[in-house]
Amino acid sequence: MAMDFQVVVLAGGYSKNLAPLVSKEVPKALLPVANRPVLSYVLELLEQSNLKDLIVVVEGEDAALRVGGWISGAYVDRLHVEVAAVPEDIGTAGALRAIAHHLTAKDILVLSGDLVSDVSPGAVAAAHRRHDAVITAMLCSVPVSGLTEPGSAGGKDKSKKPGRYNIIGLDPSKQFLLHIATSAELEKDIRVQKSVVRAVGEMELRADLMDAHVYALKRSALLEILEQKDTFQSLKEDLLPYLVRSQLKSEIPVNGTPPGEENGNEKTGSNNNQILLSRILSNASKPEFHQLHELGHYGDTTRRTHKCCVYIASESKYCARLNTIQAFSDINRDVTGEANYLSGYTFSSHNNIIHPSVELGAKTTVGPHCMVGEGSQMGDKCSVKRSVIGRHCRIGFNVKIVNSVIMNHVTVGDGCSIHGSVICSNVQLQERVVLKDCQVGAGFVVVSGGEYKGESLAKKEK
Amino acid sequence: MGAPKKSLPKALSSDDPEELARVPLQAVLLADSFTTKFRPITLERPKVLLPLVNVSMIEYALAWLESAGVEEVFVFCCAHAKQVTSYIENSQWRSQPNFTVTTIESHNSVSAGDALRLIYERNVIHGDFVLISGDTLSNMSLARALQDHKDRRKKDSNAVMTMIIKRSKPSSATHQSRLGTEELFMAIDPVTKQLLYYEENANHLKGTLSLDKMLLVDNSSITLHNDMQDCYIDICSPEVLSLFTDNFDYQHLRRHFVKGLLVDDIMGYKIFTHEIHSSYAARIENYRSYDTISKDIIQRWTYPLVPDILFPGNSPTRLDRQGMYRASEIQLSRSAKVGPLTVIGSSTVVGSNTTVVNSVIGKGCTIGSNVLIEGSYIWDNVIIEDGCELRHAIVCDGVIMKSGSRLEPGVVLSFKVVIGPNFVVPPYSKVSLHQQPTVEDSDEELEYADNSSDTIHSSTKGQVDKLNGGSSSDLSEMQQQSIPELGLGGMGYIWSICEGCHEEEWKHSVAPIPPEKLTEITRAIEDDLDIANMDRNAPASSGELKPDTQVDSEDDENEDSRDDSVYFEKEVEATFLRAVNENIKVDHVILEVNSLRLSYNMQSADCAGAIFYSMMRLASQLSHSTASELYKNVGSVVGKWRKLLKSYLPGKDEEIEVILKFEEICLESAKELSPLFTQILHFLYDKEILSEEAIQDWETEKADADESDKIFVKQAEKFLQWLREASEEEE
Repeated sequence: MAMDFQVVVLAGGYSKNLAPLVSKEVPKALLPVANRPVLSYVLELLEQSNLKDLIVVVEGEDAALRVGGWISGAYVDRLHVEVAAVPEDIGTAGALRAIAHHLTAKDILVLSGDLVSDVSPGAVAAAHRRHDAVITAMLCSVPVSGLTEPGSAGGKDKSKKPGRYNIIGLDPSKQFLLHIATSAELEKDIRVQKSVVRAVGEMELRADLMDAHVYALKRSALLEILEQKDTFQSLKEDLLPYLVRSQLKSEIPVNGTPPGEENGNEKTGSNNNQILLSRILSNASKPEFHQLHELGHYGDTTRRTHKCCVYIASESKYCARLNTIQAFSDINRDVTGEANYLSGYTFSSHNNIIHPSVELGAKTTVGPHCMVGEGSQMGDKCSVKRSVIGRHCRIGFNVKIVNSVIMNHVTVGDGCSIHGSVICSNVQLQERVVLKDCQVGAGFVVVSGGEYKGESLAKKEK
Repeated sequence: MGAPKKSLPKALSSDDPEELARVPLQAVLLADSFTTKFRPITLERPKVLLPLVNVSMIEYALAWLESAGVEEVFVFCCAHAKQVTSYIENSQWRSQPNFTVTTIESHNSVSAGDALRLIYERNVIHGDFVLISGDTLSNMSLARALQDHKDRRKKDSNAVMTMIIKRSKPSSATHQSRLGTEELFMAIDPVTKQLLYYEENANHLKGTLSLDKMLLVDNSSITLHNDMQDCYIDICSPEVLSLFTDNFDYQHLRRHFVKGLLVDDIMGYKIFTHEIHSSYAARIENYRSYDTISKDIIQRWTYPLVPDILFPGNSPTRLDRQGMYRASEIQLSRSAKVGPLTVIGSSTVVGSNTTVVNSVIGKGCTIGSNVLIEGSYIWDNVIIEDGCELRHAIVCDGVIMKSGSRLEPGVVLSFKVVIGPNFVVPPYSKVSLHQQPTVEDSDEELEYADNSSDTIHSSTKGQVDKLNGGSSSDLSEMQQQSIPELGLGGMGYIWSICEGCHEEEWKHSVAPIPPEKLTEITRAIEDDLDIANMDRNAPASSGELKPDTQVDSEDDENEDSRDDSVYFEKEVEATFLRAVNENIKVDHVILEVNSLRLSYNMQSADCAGAIFYSMMRLASQLSHSTASELYKNVGSVVGKWRKLLKSYLPGKDEEIEVILKFEEICLESAKELSPLFTQILHFLYDKEILSEEAIQDWETEKADADESDKIFVKQAEKFLQWLREASEEEE
């Protein structure tokens, strides 16, 4: 794609809300999804859209080194990746501010490094260019995560919270973003600017779409706002809502002209205004509402607008972000389950992947939608259902693993039972440990006979 | 009033479903708009009998109902009821086959709510019915909407009403529709078409709409509309009537009934919408819609309800080129220029060199020479002498304009007004033989000030007498008085434009909006946008506050609700003061406050706060010279209105609200009360208005407050301690 787009992947750092999954050795970007780092999904997605010049922004020097090391190993000939380290906890807008001097292209495509999706970022970029928008956000259907088969254990995960991520207002053509409410705002009544409803006439408010954190941005506008609004920390929570709110009264310079300097054409403009205004008053057929609003003005000031667009991914596409522990489990299950085309592997006729080097004991079964990594061993009478097991794990006799993710080099003693849990690398579970809905941090040892439910087990920090 | 119930035809009230299915389609036509928008004209003639393109408005409504398959119409007459009844008696509607028109008269209804309650009492409605007001014009087919309504009813008996809507985008400049009505915001479920939110007469200063968050929990998608016009045609189930009866404080169909159902939705009743696309439906709400709809008729949007197609009440009219309609026996001077889109009624004479453009002229008018009539509506038997000029004016029956007089845009001349020679009537003037009613009268939501008079003449006299507060003023005296007002030989009063509506006058006038107004408005819109942006951006751009969206929007929310609550408080105070002055019963005050609470969407706690505030204000305004006298005042006010306050104190939370309000009063509006805080608090406790728990909770709530917030806790410390000890002892 010859589009002049620069791609920024925000890969995060040691995300605190993913503790104890992330560790010093494994920053968020390297968390495994079907036994490969989550970041690889975004990178390969971009590669498919022929977007190969990337800046990967990582929070913290140390994490950046690890991520950079992995990328240069894995993508040496395929992508041109620059890894930039930024300070921790400066937010997504802060991260872009920190690397602003690297941004040179007309438009910037910003993706989150925790995205697992098959929606083409190229399509987002194209929609952005088509409308000459200031920002184009990718929206996808609220994930219906978990299993679709009835009666499966995964179903109960969903009952925890009905998916409500955003409230999104769209114009009738579903091309423009007119309203967005995020996080805390969702708990309150829905407050919509009347001026926007007036300009458009009809606005559809939807709760079944979510902001996938893939944005195409006009560089000039982005840099201007980052500079002016120096308190903006988050793209999603600050920048996007701000752009949406101010779209009918834009404060953004058009193509680099600061406000107040494009008064040269005002005289001719005011003539047009009169003509257009009479059209508005007579309810004539309407051009695009932005235009109308811009010209539908009758006075001495110039009214400017900018466009906030959306690209709505088809419902059949997969789109999820690995930003919670729940999401980590869900995505691992999906990528080995019904979205297994995302994993990049070919599944066996049993609908699972067992590395040829794996040794399975007698009467041990590995069900469909499972994955067992290279060099792992399992004793007799084990049962694995809907789980991912990493590399070089040693699993004893009579072990049950259901709906769980086990990372690399994990030792599981005889008679253990693991349900709905995540076991990080180098963990040791002694005999007859029972875990239900637990997370066990890297290197932790669970002594024999331990029973835990819904707990997070990890070594004390330092 | 219960008497008519017994005289019902028994066959129709049968419960047999077969029987019910055969109930003919009924309609209720409200022949009173319960507004004063068409004053002064409506002081003399009911709105539904005013001519619209030379045919009384009610004729259009009845003609449509008949063509839409309605078989039985109940015309509810209130103001000038006798005029409406006698009009119907003498009309052709009495002799139509399969179409009966029955009038129901009432003299004490002041609202659509009263009307519907009365109709419920009469027990004449037996099935789904069409509810319209007599000033509605439509050519839509009801079949589809009715079928949808019935289908929905079968599935969900709570679907009590279907509201007809039509696409019409209000002007982005004036925020009003082409009919001159205020912009309307609605939220509709895109799939079921259920109405979820309805806001008219929106407060322009408020830049945001606030929708209940539950709306998007129950539905994954809703559509917000600013491009729909409410046609005021409703298909209702009989439950609507009983709902009005159950909620006796419902007055207005939209403001109370629709809002009540949407907001307070206790019973789960639902309202649905039906959008019409190609057919016409509109209501003559004000002078601007009168103008717009007249033009629509002339341009045949309302076909078959157009001047050259005969329907009862219409007189034979011929359509010429360029949309000129001429009735019979017209005498047009050869040199007269009658432009396009014009209607001229029978037996009208037009003199030489006279120009008539975009106007409607009624029957039997005499128009002199060299007259200019542009965009005006001239009713019957009007005499316009030579050299007059009329632009965008409404001229009622029997008006005489002496030679050379001129009407500026937006003028309304009511019946039999005489304009002196060469007199110029200033823009937007309303001229009537009647004096303007006093402010209290116009406060009432009545179409007409007086509705008991039988004939125009006696109503005229009664009216004037009443309005002048009994001072006898007969017509001749009036003429003398008004000579200077309307030129030599002029007759009538120019009504002063009432306060408040002064600004809005141009909005609802027949005259087009002047360009300078447009400039002004667009500038206002800019500000409007500023407000909308400002309230959310300010903290972020100032850089002082963290861009925490939560903080922002909370501020924002407070801002808005503060606005509302200030208005609410004022209204409650006014209501309360009126109750005190006029010695109104507590129960009635509770009713009134309840309706305020509904329309402002407030909680019990807000009511309690507002009432308490009003009480304290009253107490501090009653004469007193010492603190103890003030305390006595408080005691007597609280003593007298205890019941009112108590009715809004169902629980502890409301009581705490009162204490908090009290603190605020002491700090802001009535500082003299602050030394008495503890004393009054104790008094409220003794009177069992505040409970021990509420007072203690208030104290706990204040524990973490700033020192400055604790003044009153400290003041009341002894009392609080006493309370604590007392409760400990009890235990």
